[in-house]
Amino acid sequence: MIRLNNIHKSYEMGNNSLHVLKGIDLHIEQGDFVSIMGSSGSGKSTLLNILGMLDNYDTGTYHLAGNLIANMSEKKSAQLRNEMVGFVFQSFNLISFKNAMENVALPLYYKGVPRKKRNQIAMEYLEKLGLKEWASHMPNEMSGGQKQRVAIARALISKPKIILADEPTGALDSATSYEVMNILKEINQEGITVIIVTHEHDIAAMTSQIIRLNDGLIHEIIRNGELKKFQKEYIHGLEPA
Amino acid sequence: MFDIDKWQEILATIKKNKMRTFLTGFSVAWGIFMLMILLGSGNGLSNGVASNFMNDAVNAMWIWTGETTIPYQGMKAGRSIQFHNEDQDLVRKVAGIGVSSGRYFMGNTRYSYGKESGEYTTITCQPELIQVENIILKEGRFINEIDIVEKRKVIVLGTDIKTALFKDTTAIGEYVNINKVPFKVVGISAEPGSTRNRNAYMPVSTAQMIFGGNNRLHNLAVTINATTLEESKAIEEQVRNVLARKHKFDPKDEGALGLFNKLEAYIQTMKIFQAIKIFIWIIGIGTLIAGIVGVSNIMLIVVKERTKEIGIRKAIGASPSSVIGLILLESIMITTIAGYIGLVLGTGLMELINYFMVQSAAAAAAAGAAVSDQGGNNTMFLNPTVDITIAIYSTLLLIVAGAIAGYIPAKRAASIRPIAALRDE
Repeated sequence: MIRLNNIHKSYEMGNNSLHVLKGIDLHIEQGDFVSIMGSSGSGKSTLLNILGMLDNYDTGTYHLAGNLIANMSEKKSAQLRNEMVGFVFQSFNLISFKNAMENVALPLYYKGVPRKKRNQIAMEYLEKLGLKEWASHMPNEMSGGQKQRVAIARALISKPKIILADEPTGALDSATSYEVMNILKEINQEGITVIIVTHEHDIAAMTSQIIRLNDGLIHEIIRNGELKKFQKEYIHGLEPA
Repeated sequence: MFDIDKWQEILATIKKNKMRTFLTGFSVAWGIFMLMILLGSGNGLSNGVASNFMNDAVNAMWIWTGETTIPYQGMKAGRSIQFHNEDQDLVRKVAGIGVSSGRYFMGNTRYSYGKESGEYTTITCQPELIQVENIILKEGRFINEIDIVEKRKVIVLGTDIKTALFKDTTAIGEYVNINKVPFKVVGISAEPGSTRNRNAYMPVSTAQMIFGGNNRLHNLAVTINATTLEESKAIEEQVRNVLARKHKFDPKDEGALGLFNKLEAYIQTMKIFQAIKIFIWIIGIGTLIAGIVGVSNIMLIVVKERTKEIGIRKAIGASPSSVIGLILLESIMITTIAGYIGLVLGTGLMELINYFMVQSAAAAAAAGAAVSDQGGNNTMFLNPTVDITIAIYSTLLLIVAGAIAGYIPAKRAASIRPIAALRDE
């Protein structure tokens, strides 16, 4: 599904350049539930942005569902994002002057779905996430958890292959965080690859594979047996994911 | 391509961002409104003055005689010069002279009909005077060529004389006594742009015969065929030279021969108005530039404010062109509607002013006719409206300026990576 080969990325910061990713090799299968961890500046958000085609990389290769993602026109990458990827952000990134339903329906606007149809589909997704009554509310009238659920509905509506979530629980309290994680887990069980970036161990422990980044390189990948140990360590009194 | 979904998206955005929409619209509407008022006032002023000139033919020229003030060919100054009928023939032959009418001045003339009588001005003339002085004929006919040749005793009365002598009864065909000589009334006249119509017109040949004029004339009224100041000056010069040779006076002698050239005054006044028009245009263009700057500023802020939204839209699959299209169409729609509102308000206000001025002018004319005979209806402001094509082009200019001002930052915002746009708080 996702195949990264020796990805490098640096940012120009005035005169000096900041080398963020120093050769990432990564393979993620369809249906994986992956978390990317690491301290600040380890390059985890950059990696996620490259995965989501929101940012480009300097060298290496990135194959998404068999397509090489490199030097694509803005139009083509926008189209691919629309088809393949759903985004969930820490700060929700809902459009403030649109209500919940319109926010959810927006990706379908860019797919050319007629207004009535896309609003109807948006209502279905809101209902699925338990927000049917909030459909006509504006983002500033909703709680953080509700906003994140709207954002998840928006990410799902275009039936993506991958959900990319950048600190999806970063702005939420722990109860709401677990709620959001459960939703993501359900989505994953429907066969969608979910990749989240987090620095919270308990959140990471709810995924089935943890990729630890350190200083622009993959430090370790925790799965199976080691994961059980990790979960025991970080999930206090909660049901293991 | 007309995409109803796109317009719905734009309408929804406008509806949710009323302040922004108002500010963009206001700067456009205000610019157009001010431009309309400026240009309208300028046009009104120039129309008003032009209409005052139209009371006589703009190319009219009056020539009269006096006493010489410069000694010439051994003759002393102070000699009086007198026109005769042959002088008119001489002037007529000068190139560039159009129609002409000789006039013989009569002293006080007393008009009477039945028990009514009064003293009025009698203007003796030839048929061509109607063209020189733009006399309006209300009833009957003006003096004609046969009147001149046969020296008929006919008269054209001004409306005031007719009202004074005949009240409401018919005057045409009746005989009035002028200095006790009966004349047949053939027409009723009015003067353009004047509230007093106390002049009567009589064939010059009849006047010369009956009132002892022989073949003397006092004044020549002519039209000249010239379009520029130089041409008109040249004709003036030739008339002077021809008459100076005939009557033996210095052609430069302003006392011997008086001359008023209306065209000269008209051309000079129009030159002043040209300058005023240029001035108004400079201010108008300044107003437009202020409008353009206003729209551009707001569009820059709008795009800046929407950078994050652009990032979100791109993250969920909007192509750069669709983002630019959205912002541009919104800007064009707002500026077009606002421009139209400014246009309607501006022209509406000028039309309203025009309406009240026409009303008050009519009232003043009525009052003037009833109460006093002093002064004419000299309005300085008339029909203060703007050429609609100018109005439309100015609006289009603002729309295009707004679109360009929105396009540049929108293009930049749409071409940056969505992640950078999303970070923009």
